[in-house]
Amino acid sequence: MTAIAADLPTSYLTEEHTIASWLLTKDHKRIALLFFASITFFFFIGGIGAMLIRLQLLSPYGLLLQPDMYNRMFTMHGIVMVWFFLIPSIPATLGNFLIPLMIGAHDLAFPRLNLGSWYVFNLSGLFLLYTLFVGGVDTGWTFYTPYSTLFANGHVIGAAVAVFVNGFSSIMTGLNFVVTIHRLRAPGMTWMRLPLFVWAIYAVSIVMLLATPVLAMTLALVALERFMGVGVFDPALGGDPLLFQHMFWFYSHPAVYIMILPAMGVASELIACYARRPVFGYRGMAYAIMGIAVISFFVWAHHMFTAGISVYAAVVFSLMTFFVAVPSAIKVFNWTATLHKGRISFDAPMIYGLGFVGLFTIGGLTGLMLATLPVDVHVHDTYFVIAHFHYIMVGGTVSAFFGGLHFWWPKITGRRYPEMWARGAAILTFLGFNLTFFPQFILGYLGMMRRYYAYPPAFQEWNVLSSAGASILAVAYALPLFYLGWSLLWGERASANPWGATGLEWSTSSPPPKENFARTPVVKAAPYQYNPEDGSFVSQDGVAHA
Amino acid sequence: MASPMRSLAPEPQFATLEQQTETAQLGMWVFIATEVMFFGALIFTYYIYRLIYWEQFRLAAADTKILLGAINVAILLTSSLTMVLAVNAAKEGRQRALLVLLLVTAALGFCFLGVKGYEYVQDYNSSTVPSVNFLFKSGYHSPAELFWIFYFIATGFHAVHVTIGIGAILVMSWHARRGRFSPNYYSPLEVLGLYWSFVDTVWVFLFAAIYPLGRAIT
Repeated sequence: MTAIAADLPTSYLTEEHTIASWLLTKDHKRIALLFFASITFFFFIGGIGAMLIRLQLLSPYGLLLQPDMYNRMFTMHGIVMVWFFLIPSIPATLGNFLIPLMIGAHDLAFPRLNLGSWYVFNLSGLFLLYTLFVGGVDTGWTFYTPYSTLFANGHVIGAAVAVFVNGFSSIMTGLNFVVTIHRLRAPGMTWMRLPLFVWAIYAVSIVMLLATPVLAMTLALVALERFMGVGVFDPALGGDPLLFQHMFWFYSHPAVYIMILPAMGVASELIACYARRPVFGYRGMAYAIMGIAVISFFVWAHHMFTAGISVYAAVVFSLMTFFVAVPSAIKVFNWTATLHKGRISFDAPMIYGLGFVGLFTIGGLTGLMLATLPVDVHVHDTYFVIAHFHYIMVGGTVSAFFGGLHFWWPKITGRRYPEMWARGAAILTFLGFNLTFFPQFILGYLGMMRRYYAYPPAFQEWNVLSSAGASILAVAYALPLFYLGWSLLWGERASANPWGATGLEWSTSSPPPKENFARTPVVKAAPYQYNPEDGSFVSQDGVAHA
Repeated sequence: MASPMRSLAPEPQFATLEQQTETAQLGMWVFIATEVMFFGALIFTYYIYRLIYWEQFRLAAADTKILLGAINVAILLTSSLTMVLAVNAAKEGRQRALLVLLLVTAALGFCFLGVKGYEYVQDYNSSTVPSVNFLFKSGYHSPAELFWIFYFIATGFHAVHVTIGIGAILVMSWHARRGRFSPNYYSPLEVLGLYWSFVDTVWVFLFAAIYPLGRAIT
């Protein structure tokens, strides 16, 4: 250990070595790594749930899990993946690590709050593990009433408390980012010079701050109703179950954008760097991010078209959903235009980034199909919906997460990862993902319902294909664990700026020193000043590189 | 007297003390925005049911103890005044006035909780606690109980916030006693003042939403 540490330059990793220096750290970079450990754990817990679901669906007769157990399994998969992996994934790890570096700050505004956020996250994780240990929940991740309050025989209150507490972690992290981006930008770092990743994290933080409290209140009402036997959402006692759905989706639809907006930010960084071109329409990209964040609050009832809301409301929400597609499409077109006449290199992060654009496009376009009222009535609660949102959340967000992880890996660890292994994993992810989820579009359109533990034998072929894809995807997601772990010890040393990227985070050493920058940087240039002609670039501190 | 110099250097992530102060205030405003959404969701839900079950809610709300609720409005608004005066005292370096005003604010907070507790006892005695001893009087249907559910959830969540506020005020009083604040450094007090005023404002909204309903002239 000391031998390894001896030849490393002093950095945030080698500053102190005690366990307490990690567990009580106020350094945003170390807290990012703590979060990374936590969400990786939950990613594989949720992944086990996914594998069991796909194993079960190999056979139409439900041979592996009993119906009740199957319900608990997909509920666990949903709760873990949504709240314990996807929502914190990019913001709490890459965001935590990069936001101060990208804006030229020495830390986040409230370092203690940042550490607290990690502890609160783990506390909520303990509640969740307890809930799973004593038998789990069978309501689905949506906790729909009156099932969750009156009939469910799982541990709804435990799960609700876990998600409630988890929300505090989201809010603490989001608050820190908003305040930091407002107040701690380095001299010269104007709003229109912010990297798009920072814009994305800013937007996502605002969504977290305004949506999460509503979920907290909703789940508190559900838990109280179940605990005390009162009728907030119980129709027999005057309550309205539809009101629960409104409140739940008021959070949970914006939550989808909590998952995808940071991914969009990562994609912009990757594509500009590996195409060696400035992001096409930077200003439009920034406004599109904010536009998506705002409109995301006015589309929630498109989850309820078949739930009995009025036709007029359904039409309005359908229209609003089409509106949110406009800024999303602007982003896709601008990524594509950024590639045009670029000097493109297919390094692993770029493969993940391009995969993100393609999969997000498919997920987004099928989202428009679902926003169309008559189509939604046909495919509501089928595997078509499952495939659609997995294209966004897994194909989109997880691809971008892995892309970003590889891109900033040299900065975070000071080591290069093995490029060929990484390219293999990136390609395998793309192929495995499509094989898993494209058949589900077809299954859904043919009428296979979600959340059933068995299905008509006619659907078996597509299900076998999907399960085969899931096994490839599992390998693709497990691979980085090994070769990235290997690179920690034996990877080639990384220079400060191995990719020739323009962000401020590349102007400091890899890994950065504890205080990030020796002197507070002065920003003199817009981001993404890449020149595709000769590969040169101007980094944001104004230095021209050949 | 502890030296106030320790607090005069900004934390490492800030360039100046002024930047640190502004940042702390912005942090509290953002936090208040989340709290608005938290209580907003509850009050919104309450109003939905109030619109649907107007008659039942009106009947049920007639059993609320409006006098106690009104006294609590007066108590909390007064405590907001003493809080602001405390911040002012810190700004002007009047250490003793600062300590006294902070303690008065905390005492008013305790008064609020006392009155609230007494009100809960009265509510219990008039059999209006859902799932404990709720009594369906003549003319009552289940929405009347719904009203009381919201009454307890809303005032309960608010009382939690008051309790947290009192705790923070007591911590600040301890710091004030040790002479930590000066005309150059009192930003924690300003931030706490924002929170306390927000908690008071919530009570004004809850009072208006809950108590006068039963006395409406129809």
